[in-house]
Amino acid sequence: MSEVSLELLTKGRSLANQLSCLLEAVVVGSGLKGIEKQIIPYGCDVLHVADDPRLEPYTTMPHSAILIKLFNEEKPQIALMGATPIGRDLGPRVSSALHSGLTADCTSLEIGDHEDKKAGQVYKDLLYQIRPAFGGNIIATIINPDCRPQMATVREGVMKKEKVSASYPGKVNQLDVSKYVSDLDFVVRIIERHTEKKKINIKGASIIVSGGYGVGSKENFKLLYDLAAVLGAEVGASRAAVDAGYAEHDRQIGQTGITVRPKLYIACGISGQVQHRAGMEESSQIISINSDIDAPINSIADYVITGDISEIVPKMIKYYKQNTK
Amino acid sequence: MKGLKIIVLAKQVPDTRNVGKDAMKADGTVNRGALPAIFNPEDLNALELALRVKDKVPGTTITILTMGPGRAAEIIREGLYRGADGGILLTDRAFAGSDTLATSYALAQAIREMGHFDLIVAGRQAIDGDTAQVGPQVAEKLHLPQVTYVEEVLKIEKSTITVRRRLDNGVETVQSPLPMLVTVNSSAPECRSRNVKMLMKYKHARTITEKQEATEDYTHLCDSRPFLLIREMTVNDIKAEAEQLGLTGSPTKVKKIDNVVLQAKDAKKLSGADEGINELMRELIESHVIG
Repeated sequence: MSEVSLELLTKGRSLANQLSCLLEAVVVGSGLKGIEKQIIPYGCDVLHVADDPRLEPYTTMPHSAILIKLFNEEKPQIALMGATPIGRDLGPRVSSALHSGLTADCTSLEIGDHEDKKAGQVYKDLLYQIRPAFGGNIIATIINPDCRPQMATVREGVMKKEKVSASYPGKVNQLDVSKYVSDLDFVVRIIERHTEKKKINIKGASIIVSGGYGVGSKENFKLLYDLAAVLGAEVGASRAAVDAGYAEHDRQIGQTGITVRPKLYIACGISGQVQHRAGMEESSQIISINSDIDAPINSIADYVITGDISEIVPKMIKYYKQNTK
Repeated sequence: MKGLKIIVLAKQVPDTRNVGKDAMKADGTVNRGALPAIFNPEDLNALELALRVKDKVPGTTITILTMGPGRAAEIIREGLYRGADGGILLTDRAFAGSDTLATSYALAQAIREMGHFDLIVAGRQAIDGDTAQVGPQVAEKLHLPQVTYVEEVLKIEKSTITVRRRLDNGVETVQSPLPMLVTVNSSAPECRSRNVKMLMKYKHARTITEKQEATEDYTHLCDSRPFLLIREMTVNDIKAEAEQLGLTGSPTKVKKIDNVVLQAKDAKKLSGADEGINELMRELIESHVIG
């Protein structure tokens, strides 16, 4: 099971408790015998299973056909999906067919009321779908007053996962797959697939954790990757760090590397030579972590933290993990 | 092989990637007016993918379809300069306030009016919303197969297309029948630059509204060179049901908008001790810079 699915089960459980309704889940794939043992302990009351060799690997049309028909039968008021490449391929297709409305990449989901003053109507217990928009410059609260299900996708790591009980009393509903898909749904074929390391995409990152010579070692540089992983950031480096072999050349930021303008730039052990600053000084916010209180980069930083990378970065990770889930 | 008819879906967007301090208002919120309007970056990747099919299969034509206000004609011209063959601006007040579903409905209805096509190519997502929904929703409305996150067309035959798509942890080679829709990732090749000949040919290309509003008289020019007229479609051209359009046709409504306040001020100096770090992280999370 992917982490995000378990995180959504936990969020779904708490929403279901608030709304006094059931939490149901759908699993679509092949070789799913025993899958309920991984899902029901998260507080799932009914697990719908569509198990068929043709359903793995994922292709859009059979998977969406199953969800569309199942949602039409079960009429859920809320449907949550992981904002993974699959969820972002499947979700819009399903929402279009059901005319239900979908909010992508929610960072928070809450239950609340809504008053439509013009129509003089009050809606009780809607799903508030809260997400950043406009390149992260605004936070929007989206609602679907009239259409069901209220659909949302959420990225992995945004919600916390928590088992309710290993012996949670959930039921399994095996679906007769042939009633949900037609042969016409299988016209798209996966010919080949292989895993490959993700390409580095520093230019497109909204948060960059960047390291300089002051990071001190390749081992310490790993801490920056840890911080980047929890923040959903990319890792950058100064020329000195690249020359020292701490980071790949593709990550070099500065006059001779890449120019970036992220929302947040966290400079770790970077002194801030003019050549480096040319590549990052237009970042919206800059944090400088440096043992040298007089490092030139501090003059363009919004926050200056004086101290040792190997102590400060783990503290940031710890605080973030404890306070965002 | 016979040339294909390709439709590229493109959007003009505010350049949200470059919200520097200069684009901030005094209260710390974004001054949207100060952001330049650009060709959505992944839609340029989509255009390049279409142009590469055109390079391989002579006789292929590319039409850019965009929905937006009158000024969105700029991106059609930009596409023409880079090798597209034509463009349609879908524009009407009735589309205002559309969410992704109402947008994809209007686009799908416009595509139905455009006649035969083999392939629809769209950017994966637009940077002003980052939803990645319009492509798949257009495919669903037209009952077409879709392949998302595409990076390259590997093979194109009479009735099938083979593409490579990039996922978080790897790549897939996928074959689909035509007609179909692909959405293109930023990891795909960057769009070629403007072609000087095309720039000369199309620099006076105008929509009918632009022509009417222009101080210069384009009538003579457009009459002698019909390719200079960018077609406009309005709600009357697309056989749309009014209740599926704009705000009314949008299941999702915006309840509330909170501006993220980015403060420009003197550096805040913090110690490396727990309190300092916690204060920093709390401020960043509260202002939604992270989290």
